[in-house]
Amino acid sequence: MIRYVIRRVALAAVVVAGVVVLTFVIADVVPGDPAASWAGPHASAAQIARARQYLGLDQPLAVRIGKYFAGIVTGNWGTSIHTHRPVLSDIGTAAPATLELVIAALIIALLAGVPLGLAAARWPGRALDHAIRAGSVLGVSMPVFWLALILQLVFAQRLRLLPVAGQYDPNLVFSHPLTVRTQLPVVDSLISGNWAMLGSTLTHLVLPALVVAAYPAGVIARMVRAQVLDTVGEAHIQMVRSLGFPERAVFGTFAMRLAWNPVAAVLALVFAYSLVNTFLVESIFDWPGLGSYAAASVSTLDTPAIVGVTLFVAVIYVAANLVVDLVQAALDPRIRLR
Amino acid sequence: MNQVKLEIRDLRVSFAGHPVASVPELTVDAGEIVGLAGESGSGKSMTILAVLGLAGTAGATVTGSVRLDGQELIGLSAARLRAIRGRRIAAIFQSPALAFNPVFRVGAIVSRALRQHGLSAAEARERADAAMRSVLLPPELLHRYPAQLSGGQLQRVAIALALALRAEVLLADEPTSALDVTVQAEVLELLRELRDSRGMAILFVSHDLAVIAELCDRVAIMRAGRVVEQGPTGQVIAAPRHDYTRELLAAVPRLES
Amino acid sequence: MSGTWRLLRANPLIATGALISLLIVLVAVFAPLIVPYPADAGSATHPEMALQAPSMQHLFGTDQVGRDVFSRVLEGTRVSPVVALFVLLIACLVGIPLGVVAGYFGGVADEFVMRVTDIFLAFPPLLLALAFATALPANLTSLTIAIAITWWPWYTRLVRGQAASVAGRPYVEACRALGIPSWRILLRHVLPNSVTPVIVQVSLDVGGVILTASALSFLGLGAQDPTPDWGLMVAEGQNYFTTQWWLVTFPGLAILLTALAFNLLGDGLRDVLDPHSRGVGRWVGIR
Repeated sequence: MIRYVIRRVALAAVVVAGVVVLTFVIADVVPGDPAASWAGPHASAAQIARARQYLGLDQPLAVRIGKYFAGIVTGNWGTSIHTHRPVLSDIGTAAPATLELVIAALIIALLAGVPLGLAAARWPGRALDHAIRAGSVLGVSMPVFWLALILQLVFAQRLRLLPVAGQYDPNLVFSHPLTVRTQLPVVDSLISGNWAMLGSTLTHLVLPALVVAAYPAGVIARMVRAQVLDTVGEAHIQMVRSLGFPERAVFGTFAMRLAWNPVAAVLALVFAYSLVNTFLVESIFDWPGLGSYAAASVSTLDTPAIVGVTLFVAVIYVAANLVVDLVQAALDPRIRLR
Repeated sequence: MNQVKLEIRDLRVSFAGHPVASVPELTVDAGEIVGLAGESGSGKSMTILAVLGLAGTAGATVTGSVRLDGQELIGLSAARLRAIRGRRIAAIFQSPALAFNPVFRVGAIVSRALRQHGLSAAEARERADAAMRSVLLPPELLHRYPAQLSGGQLQRVAIALALALRAEVLLADEPTSALDVTVQAEVLELLRELRDSRGMAILFVSHDLAVIAELCDRVAIMRAGRVVEQGPTGQVIAAPRHDYTRELLAAVPRLES
Repeated sequence: MSGTWRLLRANPLIATGALISLLIVLVAVFAPLIVPYPADAGSATHPEMALQAPSMQHLFGTDQVGRDVFSRVLEGTRVSPVVALFVLLIACLVGIPLGVVAGYFGGVADEFVMRVTDIFLAFPPLLLALAFATALPANLTSLTIAIAITWWPWYTRLVRGQAASVAGRPYVEACRALGIPSWRILLRHVLPNSVTPVIVQVSLDVGGVILTASALSFLGLGAQDPTPDWGLMVAEGQNYFTTQWWLVTFPGLAILLTALAFNLLGDGLRDVLDPHSRGVGRWVGIR
């Protein structure tokens, strides 16, 4: 087991190094002059030259890559051209809100996807199955930014059932100030017993989380359905039926337990994809997270910021895959020996 | 005189109109082992599924009569069938390694089954341990996963499960076909134990006529889905009446009566 | 043929997907002939007719500079789907040879190619495409290149596995022993085996690429005005959305419908051609 862990961690480290190089390439491929954008639109040639020197753009490639690497490792991820703050600190400020959103979305996706997939597998070929399959494909084919706009229009603006934007009602900050501890407003209001704020944060979370949950819910439902259908013909299912268990338990307890493994395997992937989907959703809901930061950076062509966010998400993705792989290997000895 | 436990009459199992198993008459008394012999695909397994009331899950339709202690099972409500399945009629299957859900500890399945039929957690644990000892297995093995037990051990756990449930009828679908010969002998010995000391009615399905000859009190021969001959084992073997029975007997390499 | 017909009837979802995909392709091919206001898909503007609600003259209404939304949506079938076509073409042309060579020859080349694909695949597709697209000037060509760069590794991976398993087969060894040059073996034996999974993957990827392309256009990185790209149209209509709902709804529906149709089609093709495929990619399908 130890050898497997070392092997996988080493591989992940190699991949991360490659990821860093790739992001450097992207940062470096910038046509036009980062020095010029840094110096501003009215800079003189001399100012641009000084900017180039300041930004270290006049040095040879190998040196630049080396410095970039060193910077990444020591926490210097460059400075945002737009906010003029260190990119890493910008990311640190924005990340918690996105984490809250993605976790909420994944919870919704599991709560919806698993039972629906199970139901589709239990009554295959019937109307319910077709509906669930159609719904899952729909979820996976949905343009996230469009869904966000539609839901916002229908539920927030027309029906006025849910708030339009933001993480919580800003007026509440005066009457029920929130003590910040985890930077996750839902968690913070929960642990400090701030019920008014909790209600506000939850209602503000609903629409964005639903939008981000569409894709993972579709993936999970399809996966559970396929896995359970695969298992249903096997001897151990017949054995459990012969013991007198109701169909509900045959599917829900015994067949489902086998489906958790592939679902767990896909969670890392779906987590990363949802993280990226927030880029398209957060600005629509004024959600102060990584997604808004990324979208803003794109529109201002803030290359250091974009590269920083890209690197951040990629590293998280590699880490998440590593964790899932190690957990799976720990639970299933066959994987380690391959 | 032993009572008739299981009585099958005019049982017909068919898939979309095509008959796959036809049993005009078959009884199993308490304290008796009846063999159902025939080649693969002769409908033996479908008969077992039909007795359990599970033929529907394979997509088959069943007509005829199956009585347990005189109570008709065909057409019984799903809920009442579930109460009987496991609790009064138990089954063990051919490939014990495949018959246990690989992600559950063996004991978890046993205790869940017992609790499903109304026992408390404590009672379930007691019965499970006692049953394991009856099949000569240490109760600690219940904590293992199926992959950690041998085929023979798993089959004995399956029998222990039937014991713990206090089943009166045991349907055994080729239980020794996937096992080594020495392990096979142990399982057969166990089945004899069940018949003699617990008075179980056992229906033993197999393609291996040698094993049937050794184990069963009476035997029915199945061919292409139909029972063609039945009677006390010694009689059928010594004086077969049907051509097919003669063929089967001739094919057995060595037979001890 | 009758087998296909039976399959389509048994599977209404796949039949729907195939039908709608065909419809979209037809619209794309015949767009100039059926579009009511062809100039509106180009640089024509009619400010006096701006922001009109859907009507008989303008089925989907008009946008903020008076262009017919219906015409633009129809012409949009020539934008994102064409991007998808080129992206997948490039991905195959680059990815497949690399994968075949890596899988067949093994060794250092294989290791190297695998690590490189590992690195590319460490990024969720939209993310990497976004990063590249930001670095390049904002137009459809850059968009195509950016997405193609993120998409090719998957095909390399896919084909490499096939190539590796074929390379180990006895008849291939026999070919080698007979002195048949490698390129012939690759062409005759390795390549044909990879065709089926590639076809399945391509059909599944069309939806994914279209979603990625429209997302990037929504962010401003792809098509620019006046190109009738659906994602761009949603972005432009955002500010008017609360009152002029048609600006966002119809282009978005077009994206959804197209992705849905090709996903259903891809699912169907996979069920028919490659039913026993395993692994995470089976359910993620589009990325």
